[in-house]
Amino acid sequence: MAGTPIPHAPGFIANTTPRIVTSRFDYEDSYTLTRYEATGGYQGLKKALQQTPEEVHNEVRDATLLGRGGAGFPAGVKWGFCPPEVWPRYLVVNGDESEPGTYKDRLLMELDPHQLIEGCLIACYAVGLSQCFLYIRGEMAVAQERVAQALNDAYAAGYVGKNIQDSQFSVDIVLHWGAGAYVVGEETALIESLEGNRGMPRLKPPYFPASIGLYGQPTIVNNVETLSNLPWILEHGAQAFTAIGTETSPGTRMVAVSGHVKRPGVYEIINGTTTFRDLLYGTDMCGGIRNDNQLKAFVPGGGSAPWFTPEQLDLPFEASHVGPQGSMLGSGAIMVMDETTDIPAAALTLTKFYAHESCGKCVPCREGGTWLEQILRRVVEGRGTTRDLDLLIEVGETICPGDFPHAAISSKGIEAVPFPYRMTTICFVGPSAFAPIHSALTLFREEFEAKVAGNDEPTMIEVAVDV
Amino acid sequence: MKFFTEENSELAKEIIGRYPKPRSAMIPLLHLAQEQEGWVTDEAMTEIAELVGTTSAEVLGTCSFYEMFKRKPVGKYVINICTTMSCALMGAGDLMKHAESRLGVKSGGSTADGLFTLEGAECQAACTEAPCLQVNYRHQYRVTPEQFDQLVEDLAVADTDIPEHGVLSQIRQHIPEDKFVGTTPPEDVVSAPVWLSEAGGQ
Repeated sequence: MAGTPIPHAPGFIANTTPRIVTSRFDYEDSYTLTRYEATGGYQGLKKALQQTPEEVHNEVRDATLLGRGGAGFPAGVKWGFCPPEVWPRYLVVNGDESEPGTYKDRLLMELDPHQLIEGCLIACYAVGLSQCFLYIRGEMAVAQERVAQALNDAYAAGYVGKNIQDSQFSVDIVLHWGAGAYVVGEETALIESLEGNRGMPRLKPPYFPASIGLYGQPTIVNNVETLSNLPWILEHGAQAFTAIGTETSPGTRMVAVSGHVKRPGVYEIINGTTTFRDLLYGTDMCGGIRNDNQLKAFVPGGGSAPWFTPEQLDLPFEASHVGPQGSMLGSGAIMVMDETTDIPAAALTLTKFYAHESCGKCVPCREGGTWLEQILRRVVEGRGTTRDLDLLIEVGETICPGDFPHAAISSKGIEAVPFPYRMTTICFVGPSAFAPIHSALTLFREEFEAKVAGNDEPTMIEVAVDV
Repeated sequence: MKFFTEENSELAKEIIGRYPKPRSAMIPLLHLAQEQEGWVTDEAMTEIAELVGTTSAEVLGTCSFYEMFKRKPVGKYVINICTTMSCALMGAGDLMKHAESRLGVKSGGSTADGLFTLEGAECQAACTEAPCLQVNYRHQYRVTPEQFDQLVEDLAVADTDIPEHGVLSQIRQHIPEDKFVGTTPPEDVVSAPVWLSEAGGQ
C-alpha cells in the first residue's frame, strides 16, 4: 500500500537508565520470538523452573516489585494473599491501559509481547495459577495482533501450554479483548468484564481479588509492566533489582510525559531517586518546557492525580515523598501545562473524561460527575457565576467528604493535604472527576474568578410550600 | 436462519472452549459478530445468548455497556479523535473542528456515502504523540490538518492497510490441540496444580 501506513508505535526515548523492561525496544523486530530468544528471552522462565514455586515467589517478594498499574502495591505480597488450599487460582493480566496520560503498557505489548508472556508464566508457576487471561484494551488492535502472534509462536515453541519445557508445569494463556470502558481498568470491574458482564466494580471488601476473584476463585490481577519485570528479576536476581533505585521503590519504571515539554516521550527512569525536575528538565529526558516557557502545573500520576506546581519539582518518584505532598505516582503519566494554559479548560478535559466513563453504579459518581462537568463547562464558556465555583466544591464534597488532597502553595501560605482522599463511591472514578477541579481551583482560583467576573447570579425564587 | 457463518460458528465454539465458564466468551463473540456485520445486530445477540447459555437481554446488557459495540450501522471507517487532556493541550480541539469541516459532519455523525463516522474519543494511550486519532482502532500520531486530509483521501480509495470497521486484530490466537491444557469448571477443581503439589517443578 502506498498510502497511509499503520505506524510502528513511537514515543520511547532511551536515556542513561539501565533498561529492564525496554531493553529490546531499539530492534525493528523486537516483538518476534527470534529476536526474543536471541536476546536472552525465556531464560528467566528456565531459571524459575529449576527452582521450587516457593523459591520463585520469595525472589519476587525480595525484589519489592511495586505494582505499576496505579496503586503501587508490592506484587510479591499481593501474590501471598491467595487463601491456602483454595483451587483453582487464576491470573488476570490488566492490559486495559486507559488512564489519561498513560502510555507504557501498550508499548510493552506491541514491542515486547514475549517478555510479558514470560512474566505471566513466572507468576503462574510461582503462585500455582492454573490459567491466565491476558486482557488487552479493545481499542488496541495492533497490540492484540502482536500478542496473538507471540502467543501462537510461544505455544508452538513449547513455552506455553501443556508440560512447558518438558516440565510438570502446564498453563494456558488466553488472549481476551475488552470493548471500550475505562472503568474496566479497576481490577474487580476487569473481572466482571471477563465474566461476560457489564464492567462495574464490585463492592469491597474483599479488597483483593486474591481472596475472591474470577468465578469467585482466588485471582491475581497484575499490570502489564509489573509482569514484564519478572523475566529480568528471575534472570538477574532480586538483589540486582534492589540495587537500582531505593529500598522502598527499587528497579526502574516507565513514565510517559506529555503536553508542553520539548521532548514528550516514554522514558524508563530509576525508581525512587529520579525527580520530576530530572524528568522534565534533564537534557537526556524532556529537555525543558516548550519554547522555554514557564511551567505552570503538572499532573504527576495520571488524570486521577491531584496536580503539582513548580514548587514540587524536586520530589522523587517515591510514594512516601509524593503522598504526603498531596498526590500520587499512579500510572506513571505526567501531563505538563506551560504558562499559556487555560487552567479551567484543561481541568474540563479531565473531568469530562471521568464523567463520561462513570459506570453508573454509585450515585455520587454517576450524577455528581455529570454535574461537575456541566457546571465547569459553563464556567469555562463564560456563562458561570461566582456561586458556581462554590457549587463545584460542594458537589465534589459529596463524592469526597473532608479535606481533598492537594499540594502546598508557599506563596499563599497553603500547606499540603496528604493523599489519599475519602470517598463515597466504590472505586476512584468519582473522586477522579473532582480531582482536576479541586486542584485547579485550589492552585489557580483567580483564573476561574476571571471567567465568571461580571456575570449576574441567577435570581432565586422563594417557593412557599403548604404542608 | 443462523447469524454466524459456518466458519465463524466454528471459531465461536473454539473461543468458548477456552473459558471455564462459557459466559466469559460474551465479549469476544460480540466482537466476532461486529466483525462479520460491521455492527452488532439483534440476531447476533440472540445467537450469542444461545451459544453462551444466557438470555438475549443479558447479552444486550453487556453489549450496551461497551463503547466499541455499535448497535446500528456505522461508516466503513470510524475515526476517533482523542479529546482528553494530553491531546487537548496539543491542539485536539482544532483538529476536531478541521475534521468536522473536512468531512461535513459533526462529531458523532456519519458521512452520507457511508464511508466515515467521526467521533470524539477518550484517551488512546498515545499521549506523547498528541494530537492522535484512531481509524478503526489503529493509531495515527501527531496529526496535522494536512495529514488528516491525506488520510481521508487514502481511506476513500482504500489505499491503506486499515481494514473495515468491525475487524479488530487480524491475527487470531489458535491453541494447538496437543498443547491445550484445557478448561475445567472451577467447582470441579479440588487440588493444587501438579507442579505445586510436587514441589520442585520438574
